[in-house]
Amino acid sequence: MANDTVMEKEKKASLYEPVAGKIVSVRQMTETEKWFKIELEGKKELHHCPGQFVEVSLLGIGEAPISISSSPTQRGYFELCVRKAGKITTVLHGMNEGAEIGIRGPFGHGFPVDELKGKDLLFIAGGLGIAPLRSLINFVIDKRKDFGKVTILLGCKEPSQLLYKDEIEKWSKLTDVAFRCTVDRGAPDWKGNVGLITELIPGVDIDVKQTYSIVCGPPIMYKFVLVKLMEKNIPENQILLSLERRMKCGVGKCGHCQINKHYCCQDGPVFSYDKLKGLEGAL
Amino acid sequence: MNIKSRDSKYLKGACMKYNLLEKTKVSELVNALKKKYRVVGPKEKENLFVYGDIEDAGEIRLEHKPPILSLKKYYLPQEEQLLAFKFKEVKAVPVEVKKENLVIFGAHTCDITGIICLDHASSIEPRDSNFHKRKKNVLIIGIECLRPCDEHATCVTMDTHNPKGGFDLMLTDAGNNYIVQVNSTEGENLINEYKFLFKESDAKSEDGLIKMRQEKEKWPRSLKVKTDDLKKTVDSGLKHKEWESVKARCVSCGNCTNVCPTCYCFDIKDDVDLNLNNGTRSRVWDSCQLKEFAEVAGGENFRKDRKSRQQHRLLRKFSFSVEKYNRFFCTGCGRCTRACMAKISLYETMNNLVKE
Ligand SMILES: Cc1cc2nc3c(=O)[nH]c(=O)nc-3n(C[C@H](O)[C@H](O)[C@H](O)COP(=O)(O)OP(=O)(O)OC[C@H]3O[C@@H](n4cnc5c(N)ncnc54)[C@H](O)[C@@H]3O)c2cc1C
Ligand code: FES
Repeated sequence: MANDTVMEKEKKASLYEPVAGKIVSVRQMTETEKWFKIELEGKKELHHCPGQFVEVSLLGIGEAPISISSSPTQRGYFELCVRKAGKITTVLHGMNEGAEIGIRGPFGHGFPVDELKGKDLLFIAGGLGIAPLRSLINFVIDKRKDFGKVTILLGCKEPSQLLYKDEIEKWSKLTDVAFRCTVDRGAPDWKGNVGLITELIPGVDIDVKQTYSIVCGPPIMYKFVLVKLMEKNIPENQILLSLERRMKCGVGKCGHCQINKHYCCQDGPVFSYDKLKGLEGAL
Repeated sequence: MNIKSRDSKYLKGACMKYNLLEKTKVSELVNALKKKYRVVGPKEKENLFVYGDIEDAGEIRLEHKPPILSLKKYYLPQEEQLLAFKFKEVKAVPVEVKKENLVIFGAHTCDITGIICLDHASSIEPRDSNFHKRKKNVLIIGIECLRPCDEHATCVTMDTHNPKGGFDLMLTDAGNNYIVQVNSTEGENLINEYKFLFKESDAKSEDGLIKMRQEKEKWPRSLKVKTDDLKKTVDSGLKHKEWESVKARCVSCGNCTNVCPTCYCFDIKDDVDLNLNNGTRSRVWDSCQLKEFAEVAGGENFRKDRKSRQQHRLLRKFSFSVEKYNRFFCTGCGRCTRACMAKISLYETMNNLVKE
């Protein structure tokens, strides 16, 4: 029979009970994405690690897993970047400053920040994949001297879909960060690169022993990026992928997010490639 | 595979205790239990069996084939409220599990194994407290199988045909009596409480029990793959042509997972009353066989076709669970085969996977 301490704990905690968070700021970033700044009740810290996610909980409507896109070095609040994709995200897009939402989490295994210290980092973000990577990028920028060379490769379909435009502008001006951006299709006022994100990889100067590549993007992107990274001889355990799966509970119970023997919500969403290689249906 | 309950409530092998219960006293025992507990057990329903509430001791069918749904429904109800709330507010109140002392009377060893499996899955941190709160208040009185249910049952290969723990008392038919194996302190307390119904057991009955269980190893096996080869068979058989036949037949109805005693996947849904005042958030059984199960925004689906979903099911039963919990999540009950509208048979699929 379970001992009392466990039972006591179980009496109090419900895995599914959200805490209140207040939207303190909203901004339309693109036609389909909005940026939300959220404070937890009593300005409590979320205590997340870059790469983790929360379940945004709207009672009566449902829940959606959303990456935490701000760095834990920013205290007292956190940020989300939400694409209008369906039921919950549409309702969320209709909410204004001052509105309250439910939050569960933070959940999952984020990026192994300690392991990354002292290493060169090659970020590869496609589309909405910048949301979880931004948390780590800003963390690294805030603690810049703890890390080696930093390169950011960013890609999206077209210039109008670029997220975090102001911030990207700042990253591109940093002298201690190499930043490259590309779009699949240009636009008349677009002066940057046109082409797939994979085309930027060969040009990056990589010290194989030192470099960790951190990748997040639409499912289709991983296969092509991996080919290019393998060509660069980056060891498989130094390639970190943040994956998306259907998620319901966020706590390893509902089975939706299963990737082979792993539950993406608990064992991921960040996996090193050596853990996924050869697993049917992983990539 | 070694079947062990991780639950400390069950007595360890060395201190096995046995009693006898005269068959004519079973009704008396059930009626006595009913005064204190909600008693459920196998009952007959339209030529099939179901687990249901026992209103009258005579309803219990100790001789039965696996009921349509397994014991899972008493631990992870088909629909379970998690939160109650006022619509559009952000605070919700967890819905407490109703405390109810339940006796399950007459469960087969395969179904008892199913609960052991669910216990493993629910004990991984963070623990599923609702499951454990329910389990704490359940007493299981099993009935030992004396013959295989039918050719769909694969309990011999799964090594679940003999009692291996997970129950409080186990009844084994021995002519005029049931031999009652005591497997937990709660079971022992129960015997003490109803002492007047039980008799002391004797060496002859206990010896007979051991011999009978050894004989059971000779039962026919419809699942021909050796127990130790089950994982390998599924892992290395994903490209086998048998899967094309499974794919062509499967209709993605989800029956196989609903009736499975170890499938625990669920969806979470919100309901709001018609006045838009009050609502609840519940979990409801879900099935990895349904197309939307693994679909994400943008239309990507990680298990798009029926083949990959059926493979996922067998991997969960024979491979992932071994890596994660060091045990199979198939109890050999045969329900998935019996319930399949497309006549996909677990043992036939497995047997074919080892053919050229
Ligand atoms: C770890 C993780 C991090 C994510 N981070 C972000 C993020 O930072 N920003 C962002 O905009 N989106 C993110 N997503 C995707 C986001 O969760 C889905 O877009 C959202 O759940 C859709 O909910 P909805 O109610 O609006 O859509 P629905 O009306 O439910 O459905 C629209 C589409 O979304 C799919 N979908 C439904 N539920 C889920 C679910 N639980 N998980 C995944 N897909 C689902 C459906 O298959 C359907 O195709 C993330 C997903 C995961 C798993
Ligand atoms: S989201 Fe439920 S198990 Fe991962």
